[in-house]
Amino acid sequence: MSQVMIKDDEVDIVIGALQSDLTSFMEEWRPVFSRFHLIIVKDPDLNGELKIPEGFNLNLYTKSDIDKLVGSSSSISFSGYSCRYFGYLVSHKKYIISIDDDCIPARDGKGQIIDAVAQHITNLTTPATPFFFNTLYDPFSKGTDFVRGYPFSLRSGVECGLSCGLWLNLADYDAPTQALKPDQRNSRYVDAVLTVPTRAMMPVSGINIGFNSELVGPALLPAFRLTKEGKLRWETVEDIWTGMCVKVVCDHLKLGVKSGLPYFCRQERGSAIESLKKEWEGVKLMEDVVPFFQSVRLSEAAVTA
Amino acid sequence: MAASKSSTPLLKDELDIVIPTIRNLDFLEMWRPFFQPYHLIIVQDGDPSKVIKVPDGFDYELYNRNDINKILGPKANCISFKDSACRCFGYMVSKKKYIFTIDDDCFVAKDPTGKEINALEQHIKNLLSPSTPFFFNTLYDPYRDGTDFVRGYPFSLREGVPTAVSHGLWLNIPDYDAPTQLVKPLERNTRYVDAVMTIPKGTLFPMCGMNLAFNRELIGPAMYFGLMGDGQPIGRYDDMWAGWCTKVICDHLGLGVKTGLPYIWHSKASNPFVNLKKEYKGIYWQEELIPFFQSLTLPKDCTTVQKCYIEISKQVKLKLGKVDDYFNKLADAMLKWIEAWDELNPSGASTGVPNGPAK
Repeated sequence: MSQVMIKDDEVDIVIGALQSDLTSFMEEWRPVFSRFHLIIVKDPDLNGELKIPEGFNLNLYTKSDIDKLVGSSSSISFSGYSCRYFGYLVSHKKYIISIDDDCIPARDGKGQIIDAVAQHITNLTTPATPFFFNTLYDPFSKGTDFVRGYPFSLRSGVECGLSCGLWLNLADYDAPTQALKPDQRNSRYVDAVLTVPTRAMMPVSGINIGFNSELVGPALLPAFRLTKEGKLRWETVEDIWTGMCVKVVCDHLKLGVKSGLPYFCRQERGSAIESLKKEWEGVKLMEDVVPFFQSVRLSEAAVTA
Repeated sequence: MAASKSSTPLLKDELDIVIPTIRNLDFLEMWRPFFQPYHLIIVQDGDPSKVIKVPDGFDYELYNRNDINKILGPKANCISFKDSACRCFGYMVSKKKYIFTIDDDCFVAKDPTGKEINALEQHIKNLLSPSTPFFFNTLYDPYRDGTDFVRGYPFSLREGVPTAVSHGLWLNIPDYDAPTQLVKPLERNTRYVDAVMTIPKGTLFPMCGMNLAFNRELIGPAMYFGLMGDGQPIGRYDDMWAGWCTKVICDHLGLGVKTGLPYIWHSKASNPFVNLKKEYKGIYWQEELIPFFQSLTLPKDCTTVQKCYIEISKQVKLKLGKVDDYFNKLADAMLKWIEAWDELNPSGASTGVPNGPAK
């Protein structure tokens, strides 16, 4: 991984706190987080105080801050996983990295922590290549390049608006898949970053993302909620919705979306079978939503997110 | 899930291995454990009087230039001479459902655990499992062991579509163009990316013919490798041309193209100065070709590969003829190829998709 020269003060790390005790989560991430400013947003439905260890440069936002800024009866709900979007709203930084509070850093073959934040920054600060697929994946990675047959006029690439990371251990499966394969764990480390081609849709998982808020920030709004949205990841689709909005916006504005590294290690939480009752609604809605996103065309006059 | 892997069918009577060669076939010794069950089609390029020895124990048929001329008669000039593009003759004469093609400087690679990679087995796995071109799965091929569709992937798209092409990659010498080779002569591909993925619909890619497999029944006629080599103004764009035509047709017919595993070990770096001479027209023609292919639409009544291909050849003449007269000749050669294909493969029904035209 090449050294990335970004100013640490250009980055905010936003964490939606859905559990009250963040101690072990923060301690695991300390070697990576300590350089950066953190924005922690407490799920407004969570009762009690948050337990956060000392020694971090952070701002904490709770229900009262949310109510003060947006009013308690606004059309946007920041409850549950959507609390992170409040963090995006109040951040003034160019790059925002967001991590679910049930993830810890992955480790490489030698047991060293993989600096996922640095990888997101690398992804966001190197060009993306959405108009033609490079079969050796990200051509700007060290040790690789564009392959024979890749048009030269497309080799300077475009700016990257969104970087989507992946998950070892518990992958981001929906409830039916989890219920069918309760023991399946993701142990495959795919050593690649690639640009998701223009007009290709994808499920953007909110568990592990980074984005350039100057380029795409306004498109990340929690608009789509299940009526019985829950506190487990597979009981939500709000990130899938915002992800599709961001992808359509990026395609229109000729920005790139990357997927692949970095990996986090995601830990166990909850019973998928219990969630099945809530999940089906989202699954059905997706069938209508996807054709909409695949066919939506933005007007030429729309030049900002 | 049971711990033992379900074994991949050998397909030994359904798959031909097509190898173009102008030198020798020594590389086959290393591949013997994996290739020996299969029938080989050797296409001998260059001087037909040279005798190319096939290692003992392989079942094969070999065609040199004299054979090609005899079999195709007046259409023989659609098959390139002094260029590995001649390999597509092997696709045409094969009677099998699947083709695997490999270059004679490609050897068995090892995965990160040190195990030798059976590239053919991986290609078969890729071809026998569906593709997912309509929505990108962030965990890559969802049909592989140990993975699945991620949350948010529409259920109505989870059956996938038939896979027409499996495009493998290369460790050691990467498939760079001449300018990149000149700038980075020492770069080696050492990164083993443990993934197979479907290239989304509407996206083009550079298809390399060094390590490639396809379902001949689904897409065979699109795999024409163009007019290259002797007497032609261009080289090293044969597989690129076939790849762009193939991808457009696959997108139209609702078929999938996969890329990624398997890796082979590419041992020989060709001379970048020689390559530059072959490629240089391609490098700037490409700038016209890509927009051409990106905007190409095929009418709904093109329901077979042959019809799609004939339509593409018409568009090539219409829109690329003005770039260079080469494209007029190429368009004619494309038609000759289809005629020759249909003559040699008179199955009655043209190559088409079992369930009719694409979405």
